[in-house]
Amino acid sequence: MYTQALDSAGSAAPQGEADEDGRLERFQARIDRDEKIEPKDWMPEDYRQTLIRQIAQHAHSEIVGMLPEGNWITRAPSLRRKVVLIAKVQDEGGHGMYLYSAAETLGVSRTTLIEQLLSGRAKYSSIFNYPTLTWADIGAIGWLVDGAAIMNQIPLCRCSYGPYARAMVRICKEESFHQRQGYELMLALARGSAAQRAMAQDALNRWWWPSLMMFGPSDAHSVHTAQSMRWKIKRFSNDELRQKFISVTVPQAQYLGLTVPDPELRWDEAAQHYRAGPINWSEFHAVLKGDGPCNRERLAARREAHEAGRWVREAAAAYAEKHGAGAVPARSG
Amino acid sequence: MNEDWVLYEVFIRSRSGLEHKHVGSLHAADARMAIEHARDTYTRRQEGVSLWVVRSSEIVASDPEEADALFEPARDKVYRHPTFYAIPDEVKNL
Repeated sequence: MYTQALDSAGSAAPQGEADEDGRLERFQARIDRDEKIEPKDWMPEDYRQTLIRQIAQHAHSEIVGMLPEGNWITRAPSLRRKVVLIAKVQDEGGHGMYLYSAAETLGVSRTTLIEQLLSGRAKYSSIFNYPTLTWADIGAIGWLVDGAAIMNQIPLCRCSYGPYARAMVRICKEESFHQRQGYELMLALARGSAAQRAMAQDALNRWWWPSLMMFGPSDAHSVHTAQSMRWKIKRFSNDELRQKFISVTVPQAQYLGLTVPDPELRWDEAAQHYRAGPINWSEFHAVLKGDGPCNRERLAARREAHEAGRWVREAAAAYAEKHGAGAVPARSG
Repeated sequence: MNEDWVLYEVFIRSRSGLEHKHVGSLHAADARMAIEHARDTYTRRQEGVSLWVVRSSEIVASDPEEADALFEPARDKVYRHPTFYAIPDEVKNL
């Protein structure tokens, strides 16, 4: 669901790498010709590390992203809403699997990636550290959070790294249903009783700003954007994508009869789109650093799930060994 | 250190009459689990009617560095294509 330009500590600038036999130059030429880079192809170490970091963060986000929505499965108000929500959460799990597989093609093991998430060293999208307090939050997440994710992810389908681009094509195809079911849910509340409308408005109030933050720091503070653009890992800047999201989402809120919680939101006649007021970046950085409303709860839930599943993994490995699946490690981490 | 389950590559026949096509990979303790995971991971929307899983370690791949040596020699053999041969328009059914 949700990639986010997180700008975590990067590695050395690629210019520092010695260009043995003009390989860097030939690599960049391939990128410039829009050729895809595949796992066994030569690539600069920084390209590899940038992709591992980005794909892993994206995968972790899908996995942690199951938690806020999973919170409402047992309390969905109808069987229809329940099967939809289960299918959506299952998709997020699937997306995490596609992405972990794509990251592994770059030479990092699944165990390492999972350990990085569980130890709290890896980052994931800040949005999942907010709580889902009411049923309307499930609508707001589908509409806004998946909407923002789609804006981010569509350009990634053309990413220069083949396995990542192919995973993104698959994910984007599935993501559209996520957004539409969310908007439909909001529409049902907006057309409902006064209490339901208030619940929808409250959800929009709480999810609007965190959704805008999903696009990452503003361009002026985004360290990796230029290099990622040269490598065609990224096609648009954070601010460009954020503006696109604002432009399409404000009219959708108006259709619902809801108010975007931004007193400075205004129509820009010259640019022909809505402009949002300033974003509270200190909140964004606090959530990223681990001080959001649910950071500890999310990681604790992941660790508990991992530990609770250990006996299943061990039993499966023991069974496989006994029945000659061969070369199966005794422990699965 | 790698404590992961075996890596499998997944192939799907999208409908009867078509070939199996590579779609991605997954980890599983054994082949049967690989099929079950492949079903849950790659066919949630009727993407296929048949699955293959193959241990990734069993796949032998050509070396990208040798791509030119392997594939370039075919480039100048245009006479292997029907359009290389000029046939007068009046001649039919060729």
